[in-house]
Amino acid sequence: MNWLSDEAIARLRSAAAEPDLAGTRYRLIERIGSGGMGSVYLAEDATLGRRVAIKILDVSDSSGDLAARLQREAHILASLEHPGIVPVHDAGTLADGRVFYAMKFVEGERLDRFSERESTLPGRLRIFQRICDTVAFAHTRGVLHRDLKPENIMTGSFGEVLVMDWGVAKILRANWISTPAEATQDQARETSAGGGLAADSSRTALKTAHGAVLGTPGYMAPEQARGDVEHLDERADIYSLGAILQFLISASAHGTQTAPRALTAIARKAMDAEPGGRYASASELGQDIARYLDGLSVLAYPENALQKVARWAARYRLAIVLVLTYLVVRALLIFWFRR
Amino acid sequence: MNKITYGLILGGILGIFDGLTSWFTPAVRPQLMGIVLGSTFKGLLAGVLIGIFARKVHSLGLGVLFGLAVGLLFAFFIAYMQRNYYVQIMVPGGLVGLIVGYATQKYGDSSTVSSSQT
Repeated sequence: MNWLSDEAIARLRSAAAEPDLAGTRYRLIERIGSGGMGSVYLAEDATLGRRVAIKILDVSDSSGDLAARLQREAHILASLEHPGIVPVHDAGTLADGRVFYAMKFVEGERLDRFSERESTLPGRLRIFQRICDTVAFAHTRGVLHRDLKPENIMTGSFGEVLVMDWGVAKILRANWISTPAEATQDQARETSAGGGLAADSSRTALKTAHGAVLGTPGYMAPEQARGDVEHLDERADIYSLGAILQFLISASAHGTQTAPRALTAIARKAMDAEPGGRYASASELGQDIARYLDGLSVLAYPENALQKVARWAARYRLAIVLVLTYLVVRALLIFWFRR
Repeated sequence: MNKITYGLILGGILGIFDGLTSWFTPAVRPQLMGIVLGSTFKGLLAGVLIGIFARKVHSLGLGVLFGLAVGLLFAFFIAYMQRNYYVQIMVPGGLVGLIVGYATQKYGDSSTVSSSQT
């Protein structure tokens, strides 16, 4: 009997895992990444002649929970139309029964890799502001990301900043836009229940159980790490944003820069152990960063008089130098011609 | 505050200050009021011109250069009218123009609100 080599077995496994895109408008090019419940493939949309990224469930899912979660992720992404959120083009089921959705193919790099290249602190902070804007937008639509970390942020070649991987997102309120089928189900549920849509993801029967821990250690809020799912709100994402800010200000190009106190204070406030001590919203956090970039005082760092003067002098240093030069020249001229 | 207003205010303030320093020259002290008024008017006019330039041209180098040129030119006219004190008038005048040129490029709102929607 001839045994198959390890290499041949690996090739067979890879071929078996490859999705069957027959019957769809997509042609598989290559696998570009994988996550907890699926893999992302680069494919060509034959109808529109463009490259797309397709996320496909890659494990057998007897319960159907993962398929429902992937569909739910596609619906959430489709409902969040924002420049900072990757647009979904299509969703469906493959011939082999696996659920998929197609989205814009983002050419760029992950934030953790980008920050190694982007050496200037203001440059990194401007990226962070864009992340805050995107998260604030999702929050206004009642969606909580729950897994914000540098690996889930993509920076495009043309300045795009995209918040990716909404697979464990939580729907806080029922004000997100659902599909017509879901809307009908919701209406029926609302009528039978006598009004009041349930929050979270009851529409997809995917409510995360209390005690379940979803997220990434180091970027997860303490209440999220405890599995306190029922009481999670926007401030859990603000904690993660604080951890991302901490990462960005400490990841200097050569590791020699000292983090400014005001920025450290902003990150600390965002990462307060108690949700009540954090920023009330992602917009508020982004605005504090904008104030820092404009040379203004920040909410998180009360300054004494000396620090205020030092910041003011730093902000207008060239103007101060010019006025002082004027005064010195004026004084010299007076002195010279009075001799 | 837009760049023209910014230039106007800064040019005016520095013009007043520039005129007041003539108090240190005893020979011209009797004409102090006239000098202050003339210097203020010169500062206001230079400030408006530099502010207009800053709104049209967004370049720190060119803004500073234009400010210096306008400041020197106006100061030259004043000195030429007096036929004296060229250095005492032109050096500070040029510096005032330079400062206003820098400030109007760095600070002040250059955008004008417009809408194409009808």
